[in-house]
Amino acid sequence: MELGLDVTERDGRAVLSVRGEVDVYTAPRLRERLVELVAQGKHQIVVDLEGVDFLDSTGLGVLVGGLKRLRSHDGDLTLVCTQPRILKVFEITGLTKVFAIFDSVDAAVAS
Amino acid sequence: MQSVALEIPARAEFVALARLVVSSVALSRRELADDRIDDLKLAVSEACTNAIEAHGAIDAHERVTVRCEESDDRLDILIEDRGAGFDPTTLPEHPPVTDPDRLNFERGLGIPLIRSLVDEVDFATSDTGTSVRLTIYCGPSE
Repeated sequence: MELGLDVTERDGRAVLSVRGEVDVYTAPRLRERLVELVAQGKHQIVVDLEGVDFLDSTGLGVLVGGLKRLRSHDGDLTLVCTQPRILKVFEITGLTKVFAIFDSVDAAVAS
Repeated sequence: MQSVALEIPARAEFVALARLVVSSVALSRRELADDRIDDLKLAVSEACTNAIEAHGAIDAHERVTVRCEESDDRLDILIEDRGAGFDPTTLPEHPPVTDPDRLNFERGLGIPLIRSLVDEVDFATSDTGTSVRLTIYCGPSE
């Protein structure tokens, strides 16, 4: 199962675009990529979930861990997501109150 | 009643296969909307992840069984493992999402998600394994 992870720079922020399915098999790759970015000094990260077809609690856990890691560096992790089926996972778990979720990368970068 | 059974190795790369099989069965049911199929896929993914983690790395050759049982008014998915059992009623509670300590909890979201996503869930656990039954009420097969 492929997980696409592409990083671009926008206004001093790293934009990590995720494609495919995030589950117990693929989530470790997402975690590794986030850890790498933080180690490179990227402390403002936008994770774009628009290309994600599926996300379960393993993926949520990686994002929570990423947010915790970034906040310990006075940074932040924001999300881009408009897909109802992915947003629903955040809503059920209450994590919509933990993450800032935007409807476009432009909006996330401007925040 | 008719049933479809899938046996997968207790390894992470096979959870996607379990989702695929269950969603294929669910797609054939009348009166089951796409968002309900998404709910079921997610619940199955969570239950299979728990089953695989119950076996742990040393038991990766063990098998997890995923069985779809179709009745006229319901679809039941049974996920069975042979790992050490657990008590779903004694899971630690997370701090409220507004509490900064909430970020210390990367795990433990799976069972609450399962409970929210399906109409009924039943955990039967013992020293020899755990069986999770997920039920969605829906119309019969096409």
